[in-house]
Amino acid sequence: MRFPYIPNTKQDEEKMLKVLGLDSVDRLFDDIPESIKLGRRLNLDVPRSESEVSKMVKHLANKNLSTEELVCFRGAGAYDHAIPSVVHHLISRSEFYTAYTPYQPEISQGTLQAIFEYQTMIANITGMDVANASMYDGASATAEAAMLASANQKGDTILISETVNPEIREVVKTYMRFYNVKVVEVPSKDGLTDMDALRELASADTVGVIIQTPNFFGNIEDCTEAVEIAHENKALFIMNVDPISLGLLKTPGEYGADIAVGEGQVLGNSLNFGGPYLGFMTSSTKQMRKLPGRIVGQTVDLDGKRAFTLTLQAREQHIRREKATSNICSNQALNALAATIYMGLLGKEGMAEVAEQSATKAYYAKQELIKTGKFRSVYDAPFFREFVLETDIDIEDLNKQLADKGFLGGYNLGKDYPSDKNRVLFCVTEKRTKDEIDCLVKAMEEITW
Amino acid sequence: MKIVNGLYYTQDHEWVKLEGNAALVGITDFAAHALGSIVFVELPEVDAEIEAEENFGTIESVKAASDMLMPVTGKVIAVNEDLENDPSLVNSDPYENWICKIEIANKADLDELMNAEEYEAFCKEEA
Amino acid sequence: MVKYDQLIFEISKEGRKGYAFPGCKVDNVNLDEMIPSALRRGTEIILPEVSEPQLVRHYTQVSMKNFGVDTGFYPLGSCTMKYNPKINEDMASLPKFSALHPHQEERTVQGALELMHNLSGMLSEIGGMDAFSLQPAAGAQGELAGLMIIKAYHEKRGDFKRTKIIVPDSAHGTNPASAHIAGFDVVEIKSTKDGAIDIENLKAALNDEIAGLMLTNPSTLGLFEKNIVEIAKLVHEAGGQLYYDGANLNAIMGQTRPGDMGFDVVHYNLHKTFTTPHGGGGPGSGPVGVKKHLEPFLPKPVVTKVGDTFTLDNNRPDSIGRLKSFNGNFGILVRAYTYILTMGAEGLSRVSEMAVLNANYIQEKLKAHYTLPVDTICKHEFVLAGLKNELSTCSTLDVAKRLLDHGYHPPTIYFPLIVPNAIMIEPTETESLETLDAFIDVMIQISKEADENPELLKNAPTTTVIRRVDEVMAARSPILKWEKQ
Repeated sequence: MRFPYIPNTKQDEEKMLKVLGLDSVDRLFDDIPESIKLGRRLNLDVPRSESEVSKMVKHLANKNLSTEELVCFRGAGAYDHAIPSVVHHLISRSEFYTAYTPYQPEISQGTLQAIFEYQTMIANITGMDVANASMYDGASATAEAAMLASANQKGDTILISETVNPEIREVVKTYMRFYNVKVVEVPSKDGLTDMDALRELASADTVGVIIQTPNFFGNIEDCTEAVEIAHENKALFIMNVDPISLGLLKTPGEYGADIAVGEGQVLGNSLNFGGPYLGFMTSSTKQMRKLPGRIVGQTVDLDGKRAFTLTLQAREQHIRREKATSNICSNQALNALAATIYMGLLGKEGMAEVAEQSATKAYYAKQELIKTGKFRSVYDAPFFREFVLETDIDIEDLNKQLADKGFLGGYNLGKDYPSDKNRVLFCVTEKRTKDEIDCLVKAMEEITW
Repeated sequence: MKIVNGLYYTQDHEWVKLEGNAALVGITDFAAHALGSIVFVELPEVDAEIEAEENFGTIESVKAASDMLMPVTGKVIAVNEDLENDPSLVNSDPYENWICKIEIANKADLDELMNAEEYEAFCKEEA
Repeated sequence: MVKYDQLIFEISKEGRKGYAFPGCKVDNVNLDEMIPSALRRGTEIILPEVSEPQLVRHYTQVSMKNFGVDTGFYPLGSCTMKYNPKINEDMASLPKFSALHPHQEERTVQGALELMHNLSGMLSEIGGMDAFSLQPAAGAQGELAGLMIIKAYHEKRGDFKRTKIIVPDSAHGTNPASAHIAGFDVVEIKSTKDGAIDIENLKAALNDEIAGLMLTNPSTLGLFEKNIVEIAKLVHEAGGQLYYDGANLNAIMGQTRPGDMGFDVVHYNLHKTFTTPHGGGGPGSGPVGVKKHLEPFLPKPVVTKVGDTFTLDNNRPDSIGRLKSFNGNFGILVRAYTYILTMGAEGLSRVSEMAVLNANYIQEKLKAHYTLPVDTICKHEFVLAGLKNELSTCSTLDVAKRLLDHGYHPPTIYFPLIVPNAIMIEPTETESLETLDAFIDVMIQISKEADENPELLKNAPTTTVIRRVDEVMAARSPILKWEKQ
């Protein structure tokens, strides 16, 4: 049987076996004890040609309805922003995607330079001193930030606002449960972190305070007080931020955050049913040598020429082993490349414009939806891209009717917050046109229950 | 390999030099050589009270990281801030470029450590 | 390779635009009234301003400073740098996969869930396991999940004494790091000279505080752990669980299975064994599989089938919880699924046969020129202990750097730690005999150069876009971002 990805011919095989003095390939596996040899064919399908496989996989794909067919008004952690064509073309260059982690700098300057540019852009957009080369996603990056705080600050408790995305809170709790650190949720008030409650909960035992802005409800948190509270208690202030929003909103650097993390999917990465995305992680210079993951630095080669290389490796698992404060190795380099290309293409004006358009259209959608008389505003706080509405309609039923009309409706908040039954989180990005918003509003007028 | 007489040495390759009631703490030439070009020294916090054999900082080269362990129980009263800007000082003279200055809790603890001669023999065995 | 050396910031010019947005057309919203200035950004966003063609040329030039599997032979041990089939990329890019929102109603994503369900089943069959979660984003996260599962299992039984994990000294650094993150203390045991578990050392380390043992098989030396059945028995008798690091799975598909060897929990690296691209350092995917008794502890969510409907099961009270948002690195899962469909049972067996044959062939041809610490049949990779000539002034690093001048990506070097001057070679099954022969010739030539003209090695590389870099300078005074002059 021939396999297109395996070049050895029968003759090659015989020639090689002869060199080894063996009569059959089976001899190569004589060191496996008989009792654990499989001794049968794997119970999988037979090999298939490319065209057969393509049909089989497309058959599955065609059972799905995607955001290409449904006009997307849903976010809650993953966002349908426009992705410029060049992103896919450039990350599809196989010099990028078929390379390994850039351990040999002489033949990896492509990946290394791209990561250096990525670190620069992420540091600049967040206003932080330094960025690492990426994390798995925004949620695990938040958990890694909590681990960093736990490993370096005195105390045993992480405070995390209840307004942080529920999946992010879950991930932080998973990591902290095994790392033997307590996670305490800070209650919310009117859709924002309750700062009085935070002040009450913070103590000498607190190692880190985590706030997300815009928070899960889309509301913009003013972190001024939270930074003070964290620092008064010798805890790190950790912000989870949306990089698109930073085209418009006050940055973690401006607030004086110690660590800023977030989900980078919005920067030129497809929705992909939830992954692969990328997390980003930044810090003040003070925390630089405690950051997890890969970091690229600029240096010179033997001839004094500018060169890039992985650096500060003494932090990492392959050197520290069980003393490392993170086990992360390879993470999301190609997604970080997509983010770099996206930010490079949009530039400073584009990043401001995508933020402003998203916010403007979200405000417009909110006011028009309320005008239908079927929705009530829930929060008065300023928001970005997402907002919460209350309705008497059953939200699952609402979304079903919307899907029939070609829309992916808002996220049902009742799933995560039992008290938020009948509340729905709408998302509007710059990709939504005024016409699409008007059509959604019109569709809402026709909804029955 | 350089070993200085009159200092106290640990099996973890730190040295202690008595200066009145206080003492300087650093790493030995043997340790500095084993690490190679030192790129970063993480200093302890002033006023920190650290038990003997407890970690008081980290010292890093490109391909290694080593915890520094406090030779005797004491309180940090000063750190060598020059090392923040130029960690290579430790490579150039590890005995001149101390890491931190401590107030020793109990001088009798020094008896647990090795003298220069004993340390030299210990290093030979290690190598 | 090209000698382009500008950063994107250095080709920037005020006022250039690379992407145009449609007009906003919403004119009855005044953002200034909506979002007060106290919540607004006050500092400039320093990002490049370039046109689209400039950006495309920039990253094209940058890409050409890279070496990938499509560029040439990449025998990087323990990384399984095999060919990445192009159809995998096409399938992952289908809009009905790539444009799925993770929070869509399940009835609109049945095809995606079916793919995940099928893939879980295939991975179970390949490894002899009972159930999989596809959530972990990478090998290291899969490993972490496996260890958390072991901890949760013991705690569920009311056994809180088991706080230690045994890791052999030949293991990858991730193993002890993951154990630490999962809240375990690490007990390191010394391996035998040929990199196997020393049964006596293992026995001495086993007691009622041991939660489990982490192992790769074949070992990091590329040798099959022949005592695996006894090892499994000892660990289980002591009440521990056996964890399998799937880094070396490419050697054994269709021959034997971790589940049949006695492992309780495994993780795979889809980016190694199942041809999803390494991406220059990710994204990967590290599914975690378990035997029946550990199934309740799998990370959330797990795809299950109820009647004819596929569903994401999040209602798992004993689960260790979530490790990342959403449903795993789905785009990577599509690629691995496509690959397994393409190869089928016969193909995957053939993969391991040829991966092992290729490795043995190179080992046999190089052992006269480099030190081979254990001369026996290897599996998919083998480890040399540097140049045969012990008096050579050239190091393993010099050999690796000289390979760059010959157009090869070097093998993994100085790992595993138990072999001095280690050179770890893994050719994979996707390389031809001609490529192997050419590589062997170059390796032999380099060993001769080391004797005759060592400077050639010490100065290498000289043909690459840059020469050896000053790593000390990089780490001493870190420059981690570009700054405006």
